[in-house]
Amino acid sequence: VKLDDVAGRAVEAALAAGASDAEAWAEESVSRKVRVYAGEVESLSDAGGRGVGVRAFAGSRSGYAYGTDLSDGGVTELARAAREAAEVADEDEYEGLPDELGSSEVDGLASPELADWSTERIVELALEVERAARARHGVTQVENAVYSDANGSVALANSRGFAASYSATQAWAYASAFAGEGADLMTGLGVGMGRAPSALDPEAIGAEAAERALALVGARQPESRRCPVVLDAFVAASFIGFIGSMLSADAVQRGRSLFAGREGQEVADPALRLADDATDSEGPASAPFDGEGVPTRRTGLIEEGRLLGFLYDSRTARKEGRQSTGNASRGSYRSPPSVGTTNLMIEPGEEELAGLVGLAGEGLYVTDVAGLHSGVNPVSGTFSVGASGRLIEGGELGTPVRELTIASDLVSMLKAVRSVGSEVRWVPFGGSVKAPPILVADMAVSGS
Amino acid sequence: LTLVDPELAGRVLERALARGGDMAELYAEARRGFALSLDDNRVERPQGGRERGACVRVVQGDSTYYGHVDGLAEEDLLRVAVSVSEAVRGDAQHPAALSAVKPAAGHPVAIRPEEVEAARKADLLRSCNERARAAGAEVTQVRIGYGEQQRQVEVFGSDGRAATDDRTRVRLGAQVVARRNGRVETGSDTRGGHAGWELLEEDPEAVAERAARRALTLLDAVDAPTGRLPVVVGNGFGGVLLHEAVGHGLEADAVQKQASIYAGRLGEQLADPFVTAYDDGSRQNAWGSEGIDDEGTPTRRTTVIEDGRLTSYLYDVLRARKDGVDSTGNGRRESFRHLPIPRMTNTFFAPGVATPDDLISGVERGLYAVSFGGGQVEPATGDFVFGVSEGYLIENGKVTAPVRGATLVGNGIEALRAIDGIADDLDIATGYCGKAGQTVPAGVGQPHVRIRELTVGGTAA
Repeated sequence: VKLDDVAGRAVEAALAAGASDAEAWAEESVSRKVRVYAGEVESLSDAGGRGVGVRAFAGSRSGYAYGTDLSDGGVTELARAAREAAEVADEDEYEGLPDELGSSEVDGLASPELADWSTERIVELALEVERAARARHGVTQVENAVYSDANGSVALANSRGFAASYSATQAWAYASAFAGEGADLMTGLGVGMGRAPSALDPEAIGAEAAERALALVGARQPESRRCPVVLDAFVAASFIGFIGSMLSADAVQRGRSLFAGREGQEVADPALRLADDATDSEGPASAPFDGEGVPTRRTGLIEEGRLLGFLYDSRTARKEGRQSTGNASRGSYRSPPSVGTTNLMIEPGEEELAGLVGLAGEGLYVTDVAGLHSGVNPVSGTFSVGASGRLIEGGELGTPVRELTIASDLVSMLKAVRSVGSEVRWVPFGGSVKAPPILVADMAVSGS
Repeated sequence: LTLVDPELAGRVLERALARGGDMAELYAEARRGFALSLDDNRVERPQGGRERGACVRVVQGDSTYYGHVDGLAEEDLLRVAVSVSEAVRGDAQHPAALSAVKPAAGHPVAIRPEEVEAARKADLLRSCNERARAAGAEVTQVRIGYGEQQRQVEVFGSDGRAATDDRTRVRLGAQVVARRNGRVETGSDTRGGHAGWELLEEDPEAVAERAARRALTLLDAVDAPTGRLPVVVGNGFGGVLLHEAVGHGLEADAVQKQASIYAGRLGEQLADPFVTAYDDGSRQNAWGSEGIDDEGTPTRRTTVIEDGRLTSYLYDVLRARKDGVDSTGNGRRESFRHLPIPRMTNTFFAPGVATPDDLISGVERGLYAVSFGGGQVEPATGDFVFGVSEGYLIENGKVTAPVRGATLVGNGIEALRAIDGIADDLDIATGYCGKAGQTVPAGVGQPHVRIRELTVGGTAA
């Protein structure tokens, strides 16, 4: 299938069905996934996917339809369904195709190396991850060691003459290891990602899973306290991912963000600098254009402790008389564009993890949080989430702890950031986030 | 008329086993959906979808090889079968002759949602919006969502099985924000089922009103208490506690990998004798019900806890084979793009004899957790955490002030043992359950349940 051709045909068909404007996003991908267990392949898949989504406008109303039938008949049917769906929507004067169409230069999205890796080699990589985790003394089980990759292409076309496409590859591996037994069993996750399997270090991924589990063996519930808290990179990424979703202009305009009305105001300690950047060649969410054909870019969000602005697609930008920041995102052809983060990037600071722990003195090092999405009130920002990790005692990592909650509100937490770590890494939680560990001066920890 | 001609299905299975395998399966699916939402007093985001695709899998020993493709073209299906078989190492096997395709005992749909005009769906959203806004002047935002989905699935197995199921679901959800001075609170509610538009004919606006009442109530909320307290958990969505803290640990994949705190404990007394719990995928028109599961096994009621004893795990075909038992009809998949794995359907505590008032009046100081914003569990340890989206203090046997920001933290085994009362008001709510990257509709439910003591993490630490 020629994706450009599919997208072009879909746009033509929507116009023929009476749309005043139209846009189509066509996608094709091949993906592989290997799951190993106890030295054997548990499952191995090789899959192909393709589809197209059509957004049709009837003046200031829009409708969407998607499907997997890319034949002339199938695409025509979808285009008509999108045009009909638009009839149901209410008028929205800000709806419409973007004015600022184009592509940015983003290099290195696709690695030709991916194709060189046979099934046998990726199976071996997954097995290496598992072996590395099992090799650590005290690891009782490796529940999962998984390798997966994808090679995808997209083409976008619209009735204003935009037509462009790109390809991207991604490879991931992760493992989940157990240490301890019975009620004291603890789990640890190790992850790695890159454009091709050669970018993954199976030894490091397995070791990380093992070490995260081993660090928690013997964990018990701590006493309640208020203290400094060091969030490790995984946990920092989860929080930043949530904060990123609150920086969407759509959430702000609909009154669903605690950051509404705070543009230009102080919302964080100056140590914390945050940007959204879809042009970073390593970023899993990087692309030359966004989900509606606007060139991608880097958008500073928090600098010098101040909130610089929000993330926009063309509709939310038009509503405020601004330019889109190229943040119309698409999960896949199955969803119409909506405002979303791309790669959230926290600027690294000076301190290594040991330095942050030393600065904390007496406190808590959090390596896992649970229930973030149910535990945070998106409008007020107050949160209380389950956590596990280790106490910080005398400036060093000490007793492992679990069954506790940490509570604060997001802005208080951002303002209480005391230091940002130097060791940044890509974390696939909370979207795509590049995060270091972060020291927060004060949080409520509740246990027994 | 089938999605895949049985003759072609037979050839696909033959190809899939060309290099060996204990079993092969072709899973085909056609799905269509429509969704619409209302936000800021405006009906928006109407969207429809039509997808077709298939998955071929071959199982050899403990290894599963599979592939999936969008579309149901003959050449694509055969190509996937060849590519899957290439990973297998063995001698060619031959599938049994396919039996006649058997439609599953369905869940009756009185009014097919796709036959209801889209304009009526938009009107439903508008009337829900009005009802929510009428609940109080402090209601500032209302978001209503409607979704319908039809999935036609077919399963052809090398053991000769040929089954089909036609599944229709509708769901209405409301989210309301209320404000007073600087305070902002949200409330939500949903109604859904494995059923048609008829589910939304009787006072659907009540869903929006309940969401609004929850948000308004929370405006008066005090900070949640902290510490170990007795907790009365509400009926319906309160069952998410059972789902997360117990149900996931009963899924046989976790059990067989010793990744569950419930492994090796069948027959053990885990709770008081008045505690019984089921997983029931055959419950008429319930949200998590199907006719067959995604491997062609008819759904059924499985008693997982009987009189306090652990009696069964939840199985798909693969894990059942390993334990030498029958599948319990819990092999589910999000779509043809995923492998079936053991999943809950509708999981709930059986009703007891007490009334909710009986449970509450016995508590001197505690928490009444009516509804949760969601939860998470580590099946290996049974540790769980839940955010309480609607909760109240219980003082001297009476429900008093609403609380905000409460979190329940605990362990499934300990919480089960600590159940000291079950009421008679069973209700099942609509949830979405995520596991291994797959999201499926799951019914969560229970009557009111009292837990002697749980850790409550509040904002008042």
